[in-house]
Amino acid sequence: MVLSLLRYGLRRRHVPWRVIPPTPDRFKPSYDVVIVGGGGHALAAAYYLAHRHDITNVAVVERGWLAGGNTARNTAIIRSNYLTPEGVQFYDQSVRLWRTISNDLGINVMVSERGHLTLAHTDAAIRTMRWRAEVNKHYGVASEVVGPAEIAALCPELNLSHEVRYPVLGALYHPPGGIARHDAVAWGYAMGAAARGVEIHQMTEVTGFDIDHGRVTGVRTTRGTMRTGRVLQAVAGNSSRVAALAGFRLPIRTVPLQACVSEPVKPFLDTVIVSGSLHVYISQTARGEFVMGGATDPYALYAQRSTLEFKETLFSDMLELFPQLAHMKMLRQWAGLADMTPDFSPVMGLTPVENYFIDSGWGTWGFKATPVCGLTMAATVATGKPHALIEGFALDRFARFDQIGERGAASVGS
Amino acid sequence: MTTGRLPPPYGRLLDRARTIPFEFEGARIEGLAGDTVASALWAAGTRVLARSFKYRRPRGLLGHGAFDATSYVQRGAEPNVAADRLLLVDGLPAIEGQNRIGSLTRDRGAWIGHLGRFLPVGFYYRTFFRPAGSWDRIEPAIRRRAGLGILGKDGHHAECEKVHLFCDVAVVGGGPAGIAAANAAAAAGAEVILFEAMARAGGFALVDPAAFPDALPADGVRVMTGAIAQGLFEDGMLAVELGDRHGRVRARCVVVATGAAEQPIVFRNNDLPGVMLASAARALIHLYAVRPGTRAAVVTVNDHGLAAALDLHAAGVEIAIVADARTATNILHERLAEAGVTVRLGTVPYEAVQSNGLAGLYYGGPVTGIELATKGAHGTARPEGALHVCDLVVMSGGWSPLAALACHAGARLAYDADADTFALSDIPGHVFAVGAAAGLHTPTLVVEDAREAGHAAADAALGRSVLARASPEPEPGFNHPWPIVPHPKGKEFLEFDEDLTIADIENAVADGFDHGELLKRYSTAGMGPSQGKQAALAVLRVAARARRLAPEGIGPTTSRPPFTAERIDLLAGRAFHPARATAMQLQHRAYGATTMVAGLWQRPAFYGAPADAERAIAAEVMAVHEATGMIDVSTLGKIELRGPDAAAFLDRIYATPHAKQPVGRGRYCLLLDEAGNIADDGVIGRLAETHFYVTATTGQADATYRLLTWLNAQWGMDVDITNLTGAFAALNIAGPASRTVLAGLVEDVDLAPGAFKYMDVRHGRVAGVAARLLRVGFVGELGYEIHMPAAYGQAVWTALADAGRAHGLRPFGVEAQRLLRLQKAHVIIGQDTDGLTTPAEANMGWAVGKTKTSFVGRAALAVRGTRPLQRVLVGFRMDASATVPPEASLVIEGDAIGGRVTSAARSAAAGGIIGLAFVPPSRAAEGSPFAIRLPSGAMVGAEVAPTPFYDPGNTRQER
Repeated sequence: MVLSLLRYGLRRRHVPWRVIPPTPDRFKPSYDVVIVGGGGHALAAAYYLAHRHDITNVAVVERGWLAGGNTARNTAIIRSNYLTPEGVQFYDQSVRLWRTISNDLGINVMVSERGHLTLAHTDAAIRTMRWRAEVNKHYGVASEVVGPAEIAALCPELNLSHEVRYPVLGALYHPPGGIARHDAVAWGYAMGAAARGVEIHQMTEVTGFDIDHGRVTGVRTTRGTMRTGRVLQAVAGNSSRVAALAGFRLPIRTVPLQACVSEPVKPFLDTVIVSGSLHVYISQTARGEFVMGGATDPYALYAQRSTLEFKETLFSDMLELFPQLAHMKMLRQWAGLADMTPDFSPVMGLTPVENYFIDSGWGTWGFKATPVCGLTMAATVATGKPHALIEGFALDRFARFDQIGERGAASVGS
Repeated sequence: MTTGRLPPPYGRLLDRARTIPFEFEGARIEGLAGDTVASALWAAGTRVLARSFKYRRPRGLLGHGAFDATSYVQRGAEPNVAADRLLLVDGLPAIEGQNRIGSLTRDRGAWIGHLGRFLPVGFYYRTFFRPAGSWDRIEPAIRRRAGLGILGKDGHHAECEKVHLFCDVAVVGGGPAGIAAANAAAAAGAEVILFEAMARAGGFALVDPAAFPDALPADGVRVMTGAIAQGLFEDGMLAVELGDRHGRVRARCVVVATGAAEQPIVFRNNDLPGVMLASAARALIHLYAVRPGTRAAVVTVNDHGLAAALDLHAAGVEIAIVADARTATNILHERLAEAGVTVRLGTVPYEAVQSNGLAGLYYGGPVTGIELATKGAHGTARPEGALHVCDLVVMSGGWSPLAALACHAGARLAYDADADTFALSDIPGHVFAVGAAAGLHTPTLVVEDAREAGHAAADAALGRSVLARASPEPEPGFNHPWPIVPHPKGKEFLEFDEDLTIADIENAVADGFDHGELLKRYSTAGMGPSQGKQAALAVLRVAARARRLAPEGIGPTTSRPPFTAERIDLLAGRAFHPARATAMQLQHRAYGATTMVAGLWQRPAFYGAPADAERAIAAEVMAVHEATGMIDVSTLGKIELRGPDAAAFLDRIYATPHAKQPVGRGRYCLLLDEAGNIADDGVIGRLAETHFYVTATTGQADATYRLLTWLNAQWGMDVDITNLTGAFAALNIAGPASRTVLAGLVEDVDLAPGAFKYMDVRHGRVAGVAARLLRVGFVGELGYEIHMPAAYGQAVWTALADAGRAHGLRPFGVEAQRLLRLQKAHVIIGQDTDGLTTPAEANMGWAVGKTKTSFVGRAALAVRGTRPLQRVLVGFRMDASATVPPEASLVIEGDAIGGRVTSAARSAAAGGIIGLAFVPPSRAAEGSPFAIRLPSGAMVGAEVAPTPFYDPGNTRQER
């Protein structure tokens, strides 16, 4: 690859590296599959539909610019140390896909397994973490409860003093946890899907669906109607609104989730640090910026606005963990929309509308699942049957009160 | 080399009487009071102030006080400090350069700058991942190269204060427009605060006083300097950095007078030290009396560059040449000609050069000359081939409004084809943009419009009728549609933070990243510390041309807070981590309790030193079994309900039946959520026909109170609900001697076993204090909960402790209580249950009212009850010689997870290791063996055992 840079540099002109295809001027007469939403999950599904199932007559329809929703707004953390068997196995599959994703897609997604520490400040938190660790280990996921001495070795910068309101008692250490370059994932899937014939329509908003005798037949957009046999909805942050266009309801409450980034500095922090009790998390990017976030806003809202209170609370807590950050400045803040489900697990699979499939309920934990969501949703759309890994996440589980409780593992910093 | 300062009136911000020494890169430099570190360094002849982010190119000053990040330096443990905004004060820590190996002038990392052609835009996406595992090896090196300054590892922080300010009109920006607006608003009767980022208000009037003769804030205006407004939030909150304090400003109206950022001309090597914006050169001259160079070339697309040339000339800087991209002449050209300055029209800069010898070739160095080009059609340029020797290049490529605050509030900033720059539109009603932020530059126009806006802001703020203010159109003529001169060899920088050139932007567009936001993310344009203030305009122009669109066809990227890099310590302020203390907290301390966090409370875990835990807990348990113990349970939720519907209300909510609960009796209560999961438990005491007293667990107290009030509001029943959690203190005195201890202190209550039975509730007086007494059995011995007003909690506790001394009374903590209740197999909600546990799973089906037609979660239980149970909570025992399995150890059934241990402990009273665990229903029968996997991986056996483990007949608690 370094050779390719050499070759590039010795050429006279830039040879475009067509990553993102231009939006086609018009629609085809019909599509086998229309994917509503142009974020990471949607593009991954498009890629795997084409790559694994030879379904290439596919259109991805995105209201704004490509991957500009939660794919662009998350904090790019990858991990699989969940609590339920369904969750652990699902996210573990994702972690495996992340490991080879750069070479699979031909773009450096910069997956960096830097280790992930979830700090415990109460004995109840230690108990939950041990539970997670034991379930994780059972499924072969590296995960261990560690004490202050091991934490100090893993992250010497962390303030382990007892002279704070909530001293650190221990942590859940998850070596495979890490970060990735969030935009590049979506671009890689877009590039791979487009190379196999998938159309990507940016700036095209879905306004409704044609549904005939309970079966979806078309997708109405601001640029006309697309005829299609199947629809996959993957629109984090707007799942309820789009589902309403298709005529069904979701058990989802949408709340803003804010995050921010600092100026770049030389390497300071290697691990990803999360504190559920203090509601903060932090990692340092390859560029040297600290990416930080906290809990979701305490009310339902569709506005992607930033607040002052978010920063004040975040930093007041963050300086308990890293007093050194007092010398830093933050550069940007933003908000995404989190589709929260009652059990903190996603909603994936079939819907009351025939041939209309859904990938939603991604709350604050969607980014890390990008590859596995694409893989399993593509299989689900291709075969019409839920993929084995997502059977438990079916929409109708709520009618059965058959929840997959991830509250203890999916909250802040997921 | 030192440059003598210019004489007064140059140096308007200086106090020449006082010199201030400081250290930069190990050298001692002397500046004057009033200097910035950058102006002092420039005066001392220092030209290389920083190294760039990607190519490690030497950088000097681009702007001065322009919120660019060109001259970032390291101040002690603090990285990324803008030298041009860092005031020179006594005792400044040593200032160092950043992002260099060795020194700034001889950065051993400079080699990368020579590899630019091999590092196309987004190159890191294209490489470093084949073969698999490559990135893991390369990333650490990339990370070391990235970043700018160094964050000290043992930094700590002083807590910063917050300031809350209120006014009718907040004016942000103390330049001529801001001052005019503030004065007008104040004259119209408004309370006005004027925020100025620099050390003194005046802005451009300090550079050109003749143009703005009246730029002085009036007496009625409160002026705050060193104040940077960082964000204007949706709720109208204006966040301002005020020196070392964070200001939260509530203003009815906000006037945005934040000016405009002068733009570079984009040409080859326009980033060399010594190439600077005209505004920077003029600031150095007028504010700091610094001659920015000895021989200057001035390149411009507007009159501002010409004004700078006149200033330079007047300040004794030799002018090598003035190149103006325009072709028409005006009075300034004539004045320059009169001064003997050569002015070349229709001419643009082509390439800045530096010839500082071989070392200079490698490390880079200050500018030594410039080549010009004749402007052709369609943005082409024909190089002249002649070199103009100079040590200073002053450029003006136009202006871009610094209108971020208006955008935070909802305004739109888009390219305006008439003014050839960004312009605001859709400004919300409480925000007013004036001056250069609104695209106005002509002094008379600026002042007149700002006065009008200030008046309108005052009217709006004071609720007077406001005539619709027509925002003036941005003035044309101060910008140029294409101040960009491509060079075949590149290095024409349009993004200084990220070292991006024209080709980088063109190539990003060619790669498909044509939307403004995608372009930003792929090329990183605008992602650096200056957030594109000097770059966004040029990026937009180049991207538009690459897409064959007009610039107005592309929207700019969203502007989000903060305006410029914002201090984290100021935002954090004083940490506010509230802590709740029970009425007995002082006693616990006096007894030497080791505490544990319980929500906002600190509870005694046990009484004694941490090292002594085991012995202390055992002694406390022993005391409860054999004498008497006393525990502070004030953290329990305590909720009072009164009203005719109180009984019906509780009965509709709790799974346990309460409608027919007799007066004077208490009853265990179990609360479920809508999905039928156990949410909380406690005791409900019926004090009178219409009066109930409900306890909730410490962790769920708030949630349960919230649920009750919420449902009461929804149902509109005749119930009054009061949260007494903080108002009441509570303790539990338990043990065989507890009745005897109480007897001496209780009035109005007959304690005789037949009169005050297990689970009775009574009113009475304890130690003279009106209290509620509940006979409960959580810890498995005869015991009483006593609830009293918190003000008397300490007195009652002390009285009981005194009375109990003769009976061996000991206070006990949460750890002893946990063991005591485990011996009785009482579950702790949240420990022995999780968020998805039904009563049946918890073996608490007995608690659910069988004949009840309504309670929260009933419908869900009916559905879930049709499916076979997946797990059951059982008691278990293990061999006394075994290790106590840590809570959350898994129960393994075959190869699968069959459940988990929720509680386990060694109990002397129960004779061995006892615990609670979820097991598969097939394993739930008494005597069933099951396997537990310890965290170490070792497997141990356990056996389902009858519960309670201790005193199975409950004779001790009910005696």
